Amino acid sequence: MSQTIDEIKPGYPLFKQPEYQDLIARKRALSEEAHSDQKIEEVFQWTTTQAYQDLNFERKALTVNPAKACQPLGSVLCSLGFEKTLPYVHGSQGCVAYFRSYFNRHFKEPIACVSDSMTEDAAVFGGNKNMDAGLANAYALYKPEIIAVSTTCMAEVIGDDLNAFVGNAKNDGHLPKDIPTPLANTPSFVGSHITGWDAMFDGFCKNFTSKSMEDKEVGSNNKINLVTGFETYLGNYRVLHRMMQEMDIPYSLLSDPSEVLDTPADGQYRMYSGGTTADEMKDAPNAIDTLLLQPWALIKTKKTVKNVWKQPATPMSVPIGLDNTDAFLMTLSELTGKSVADSLTLERGRLVDMMTDSHTWLHGKKFGIYGDPDYLLGMVKFLLELGCEPTTILCHNGTKKWGKAMQAILDSSPYGTDCKVFINKDLWHFRSLMFTNKPDFMIGNSYGKFVERDTMAKGDEFAVPLIRIGFPIFDRHHMHRQTTWGYEGAMQMLSTLVNEILAKLDKETSEYGKTDFGYDLVR
Amino acid sequence: MTSIKEQHEKMIEEVLEVYPAAAKADRAKHLGTSDSSCTSSCITSNRKSQPGVMTARGCAYAGSKGVVFGPIKDMIHVSHGPVGCGQYSRAGRRNYYTGKTGVNTFGTMNFTSDFQEKDIVFGGDKKLAILMDELETLFPLSKGISIQSECPVGLIGDDIEAVAKETQAKTGKVVVPVRCEGFRGVSQSLGHHIANDAVRDKIIDNREQEVFEGTPYDVALIGDYNIGGDAWSTRLLLEEIGLRVISQWSGDGTLSEMELNSKAKLNLVHCYRSVNYIARHMEEKYQIPWMEFNFFGPTKIAASLTEIASKFDATIQEKAKQVIAGYEAQWAAVVAKYKPRLQGKKVMLYVGGLRPRHVIGAYEDLGMEVVGTGYEFGHNDDYDRTQPDVKDATLIYDDVTGYEFEEFVKKIQPDLIGSGVKEKYIFQKMGIPFRQMHSWDYSGPYHGYDGFDIFARDMDMTLNNPCWDKMTAPWLVEKDELKKTA
Repeated sequence: MSQTIDEIKPGYPLFKQPEYQDLIARKRALSEEAHSDQKIEEVFQWTTTQAYQDLNFERKALTVNPAKACQPLGSVLCSLGFEKTLPYVHGSQGCVAYFRSYFNRHFKEPIACVSDSMTEDAAVFGGNKNMDAGLANAYALYKPEIIAVSTTCMAEVIGDDLNAFVGNAKNDGHLPKDIPTPLANTPSFVGSHITGWDAMFDGFCKNFTSKSMEDKEVGSNNKINLVTGFETYLGNYRVLHRMMQEMDIPYSLLSDPSEVLDTPADGQYRMYSGGTTADEMKDAPNAIDTLLLQPWALIKTKKTVKNVWKQPATPMSVPIGLDNTDAFLMTLSELTGKSVADSLTLERGRLVDMMTDSHTWLHGKKFGIYGDPDYLLGMVKFLLELGCEPTTILCHNGTKKWGKAMQAILDSSPYGTDCKVFINKDLWHFRSLMFTNKPDFMIGNSYGKFVERDTMAKGDEFAVPLIRIGFPIFDRHHMHRQTTWGYEGAMQMLSTLVNEILAKLDKETSEYGKTDFGYDLVR
Repeated sequence: MTSIKEQHEKMIEEVLEVYPAAAKADRAKHLGTSDSSCTSSCITSNRKSQPGVMTARGCAYAGSKGVVFGPIKDMIHVSHGPVGCGQYSRAGRRNYYTGKTGVNTFGTMNFTSDFQEKDIVFGGDKKLAILMDELETLFPLSKGISIQSECPVGLIGDDIEAVAKETQAKTGKVVVPVRCEGFRGVSQSLGHHIANDAVRDKIIDNREQEVFEGTPYDVALIGDYNIGGDAWSTRLLLEEIGLRVISQWSGDGTLSEMELNSKAKLNLVHCYRSVNYIARHMEEKYQIPWMEFNFFGPTKIAASLTEIASKFDATIQEKAKQVIAGYEAQWAAVVAKYKPRLQGKKVMLYVGGLRPRHVIGAYEDLGMEVVGTGYEFGHNDDYDRTQPDVKDATLIYDDVTGYEFEEFVKKIQPDLIGSGVKEKYIFQKMGIPFRQMHSWDYSGPYHGYDGFDIFARDMDMTLNNPCWDKMTAPWLVEKDELKKTA
């Protein structure tokens, strides 16, 4: 009788009640055949040691708690950034159910995406029939103007010929020939979600430009193209728009899902909203240049920009933090001859002002951090600019070459000397590192909460609180609407970091009559 | 004046208008209205989804790893294949459990062989064998391992059974190979079946010869996934009527409990769809009878407790009566408080393999009416079981497509929709109160008397939250109304 009408208790407070605690204890004693508490504690403590870490790092085959997802997730996000475009995944339907719910949980938005539901017969005979019916049905029901086709690993393993299948479907009248169908092979056993974004974007480039290059001339439309790569902070798309507008530079943001992933609640569901138009894509080769804002994850795109569009693809770093945003704006200025807008110089000054205000709390704070390659290069650089000290950097989907680039950034700053970089390692490796080389905080996505909990389990003095920046974030609301790029993004992240530091200090100094001499009103 | 049945049939026809001929003919068989005069289900189900229509269905891997095996807390479940499947299904289903994760329990973790191209080309068995050793080194307190096959495993001809056998011989711990590749079957449902077969072959008989100190009141609670703690609020009632739950799986379940299942006197089946296979097997092999029951809402709980008790002696029957009476004040207060706020509200459901029928009683206890319902991956026997729980002419939709669901909702204008996360944000934007009925929208438990309090509270908070009245900006209100009258 735990519930009372005046105080209905949902799960957590309900199960704290003695009748449930007793029930759980009875269950355990009766038939769980659990190891003794002592044994469990002993093994837990062992998992926090250097000895365990050494064993953990000897792994060759097992991945535990990865910090990456698979290619078609990226291809779907890329496709969502185009106007009236339906992402279509050729292969097993379960994959699409997963991509949709994964994005649903992060963005708290509907995700339109179809699969062609290949089953055993398609595994034997190939998925051409599925493609025929799938394209016809998707077109009839959802009336897209573009259908962006990528693949699951099933279709890749059986070797379905995407190009031929889509061509056949059109020739046989299942889909009007004039509906553009950008294609991407996105096997999940190669690369990660960021690779899939690149492959799909390259598919758009090829579909909309490769066969119509003869009348294109670099620089003829005076535009700058921006390509983000796999990016989930809607504020980052918006800040790019704002910076380009303030710079007064004509531009195209190629693949922009910031509208479709942020539609209003006003009584109407919009399956399509905003996004890069087909015309913008067709016009892209006429731009002065195409800036690849996460260049480590835009390998195919870079080749196409250079070799097909004949643009320089001026080398860039992701515009995270002060220096990288400075460099971004100066690159724009150099490419277009426009001077950096006064409003952005003012905004930069405000960021520096915040850095001067908060440096006393940020300086020397140690961080463990994991995430995608370009994000990490930018974020680590920003931490160094703040006088923070990254101590562990882990990138599951980074390459050796990327590791060297990261090391070079660390080497360029006195605050990067005591830091180790790990590539192709997962969050169970990261967990070990949070015990053996404890930072003040870790920065990561929602999965980091389990590492945080484990460090707390060892005791308060071992606890490494998680600051949530990354993808996916499932357990906090609306963070995907924030900005991490540009001066604006740097301001938001600086605020987050300094306030997490102050909140932690408050927590530590709030013990009544013990530590609260340090529970300062003014910080 | 046309009947509701005729109206619904006309609506279905209109909605199907847009489909190409083949898909239209197929989809028509999956849509209809409930009809008590139909001797068997009038709805076609458990067939392939049409390609390209935006089905909500998942795959066999989701049914095996995500549903049946995943919640077994003291085993390690390896997502064998590329990295995505394990990542997308990690810790999303809210299968509550107790234990020290990473030490003696592993439920919210993701173990994967993270296939690379070379594993596809040369096969993944060697990698799997090494991986098994690494699991034993790093997680010595695990009780066993299941190998959950992803699509490529079955396509490249790997022999995971051999690796499993070899590992089991080496460590002495149970290793269960599961052939739940995502392309098998038409939905999660075949994954349930494959998982049940794996449990049958590798787990259920393991203690057959072992002496067990039983009582006449030993039962097993199976097919409850403890979403938000549902199995606990269920188990409480079973214990209160004097039964001893010697086995509970897979929610908060352990390998030992699955192995001890064969010692039970009665199998209590929560989710028929996902565990009926193993229940039938145990009936045949161990003569353990099984029964379905429903612990959503006081009416169904009382009926189920009475029926469960009827399988036992007078002491249990007497206790069941006492328990039912004892909780009356609790649920009566809930009904008194919430029924006036919810009375007459129309609900449309679209959930997995059980809830499209099981939660109807709970809504009715609150004076609400279910006007449409359907299963993502139900079979004919699920639709047969639904008929007695719905009024005639209720709209029924099997494997509803995104398009159909939206159109039905626009036409029926329910007050509340209960479905999944893929549907949630669509309908919320349309201004229709929505509850996720897979995950309880991060609330729960909903089972048992304690769960009913939460269920009622949640339906009320969502239906009566002020946000739904704010969809139209005040300066557009007049325009909107003009449009409606025009």
